[in-house]
Amino acid sequence: MEDCIMDIQDIIKPENQVYKKPSLLNDVHMHYCPGCSHGVVHKLIAEVIEEMGAAEIAIGIAPVGCAVFAYNYIDVDWIEAPHGRAPALATAAKRLQPDKLVFTYQGDGDMAAIGTAESLHAANRGENIAMIFINNAIYGMTGGQMAPTTLLGMKTSTTPYGRRADLNGYPLAISGLMAQLDGTCYVTRQSVETPAAVRKAKAAIRKAFENSMQGKGTSVVEIVSTCNSGWKMSPADANKWMQENMFKKYPIGDLKNV
Amino acid sequence: MAKIKGAVTVNTERCKGCNLCVVACPAKVLSLQPKEVNNRGYHFAFMSAPENCIGCSSCALVCPDACIEVYRVKIDE
Amino acid sequence: MEEVRLMKGNEALAHAAVRYGADGYFGYPITPQSEVLEELEQLRPWETTGMVVLQAESELAAINMVYAGAACGKVVFTSSSSPGISLMQEGISYIAASEVPALIVNVMRGGPGLGTIHPSQADYFQAVKGGGHGDYHLIVLAPSSVQEMCDFVWLGWDLAFKYRTGAMLLADGLVGQMMEKVVLPEPRQRRTEEQVRQQCPWAINGRKGMRPRNVITSLELVDEIMEQNNLRFQRTYREIEKNEVRYEAINTKGCDYLFVAFGSMARICQKVMEVAAEEGIKIGLLRPITLWPFPSKQIKEAAAGVKGIMVVELSAGQMVEDVRLAVECRVDVKHYGRLGGIVPTPEEVLDELKKQFAIGK
Repeated sequence: MEDCIMDIQDIIKPENQVYKKPSLLNDVHMHYCPGCSHGVVHKLIAEVIEEMGAAEIAIGIAPVGCAVFAYNYIDVDWIEAPHGRAPALATAAKRLQPDKLVFTYQGDGDMAAIGTAESLHAANRGENIAMIFINNAIYGMTGGQMAPTTLLGMKTSTTPYGRRADLNGYPLAISGLMAQLDGTCYVTRQSVETPAAVRKAKAAIRKAFENSMQGKGTSVVEIVSTCNSGWKMSPADANKWMQENMFKKYPIGDLKNV
Repeated sequence: MAKIKGAVTVNTERCKGCNLCVVACPAKVLSLQPKEVNNRGYHFAFMSAPENCIGCSSCALVCPDACIEVYRVKIDE
Repeated sequence: MEEVRLMKGNEALAHAAVRYGADGYFGYPITPQSEVLEELEQLRPWETTGMVVLQAESELAAINMVYAGAACGKVVFTSSSSPGISLMQEGISYIAASEVPALIVNVMRGGPGLGTIHPSQADYFQAVKGGGHGDYHLIVLAPSSVQEMCDFVWLGWDLAFKYRTGAMLLADGLVGQMMEKVVLPEPRQRRTEEQVRQQCPWAINGRKGMRPRNVITSLELVDEIMEQNNLRFQRTYREIEKNEVRYEAINTKGCDYLFVAFGSMARICQKVMEVAAEEGIKIGLLRPITLWPFPSKQIKEAAAGVKGIMVVELSAGQMVEDVRLAVECRVDVKHYGRLGGIVPTPEEVLDELKKQFAIGK
């Protein structure tokens, strides 16, 4: 059979290309650890902006945390926010420039600890922004401390014997709170550990971005993620651990879609 | 019957050898280089069984560093 | 058109902002400056000029909205009073570090802590020495009348945009609350996006025409670059010090004693000067209008032939330190201040001057 011995070089031709790095994802080395979910989500955001033809109107608000350098990777205008304040920045950027596509990129500390007030109130006002929320249940950048979303029993550098409700409180499923607010139009929980999940997460980001431009209110896309370095696992094992443990507390799917 | 053939390229300098593409590939096409490393010391991914590739893009979709590009052709038998 | 009105300092401030062509106000109510937000909501500028007015969930959110607005090259401001300004220090430091132009109004009340709602000038240190973290300065303007509450809004923004820096209008509760005649300037148009793109090419407004992306950030992990950033800030501050010192000197030539006072205390000192003149005591007044950059040189010159200087403040003694530095301890510098929201009477100040300098004894 001739096709079996078809030369690879005959396949690798521009006309046969079905997947490529989005051009809005800059050609620089990303500082993330190998296997980090941030990279996948960055890629999806870049793809969505590109496919929407929104590169000229997109404004990202970067958080404090591992994703602080998101502005180096996705080739659109960015403001780097103080920790937790991204939704406040996004509020002003969008209200002052309603024709722009404004989104925040926030980790769990940003969204559910230091920036809870800003996040909930921006959502409650129904700001026409999209909030991309990376929940990996740990503080990656500062070295693996407890996050508001850290699971009970989960070991972190500040809960070395495992998170205890009596000492550390309970994991905060903030998207559930967001879904209850009148200002949100779309709250969804996605993940990026399998090809199917990645496709769904991308569709969710696209929907959130479109909602913001249609003036429907606030969209929240939570990406339940891994931090394999912080969790001290291999990337593949982290994905498995996430499926087995994180999804119980943070089930995947739409929490609100109006 | 038409048959699908695929191939991928790996940006070996972008690759961090996280192995997620290897796990995601349904056709067991990819492996990490057992010995060779890139400039940052990572064992990067490569097509160890290129004949099995169906160009499904699973590897590229889960790649956190966007280092995999995918090509696909349909061959009429 | 210009308009003559009788209004509170806080209200004048709101009108001045709309007339300047402001793009946005973000604030949180706190006494004694809530009239700023109230007046803006009354004016509904979003229906006329398109200006955004938003009551934020906290001062922390408000200053960060201002930070983003400024990063977008927009004419934005916030107002608050002392405890609220303490909460804003995070955002103010980021504004300084990111080199974006913003106006922050502090209508001071007595502290520390929740303190009192009555007038104070005890945030002088916080305003002129930094307040937030890191090596930075704000241009600090101290209005002493309702007219200046209006005028300094314009001046503050002009300077903020000229130097890409934060400017603070440091008023006290007295100036914010008192009513006076004010001439409101002729309204100006808000800038269009095209004008913003021209005047602020660094602004965050999308990559129109696929221009290279703009990033506003205060983060830099390469120490050598961070040092260069800091040196650039410092060069800007030296430039501001060179060009923007503002002050008012009244009867400073040939006076025996010199008052140095700002804001509402400067006005009370003027009354003291009148009373004192009747008793044959010649007092001059040097009123710093910019508290930073501080008119050190001008104070030194005015102090050349005087027997003594009295710094009168609604604080336990803050600006007095800068006055002592200005005169290099060659002149006797005394201080008088009332605390807790109390404003001294002219008679009280005069008695204190006589007592501290043993005049007529």
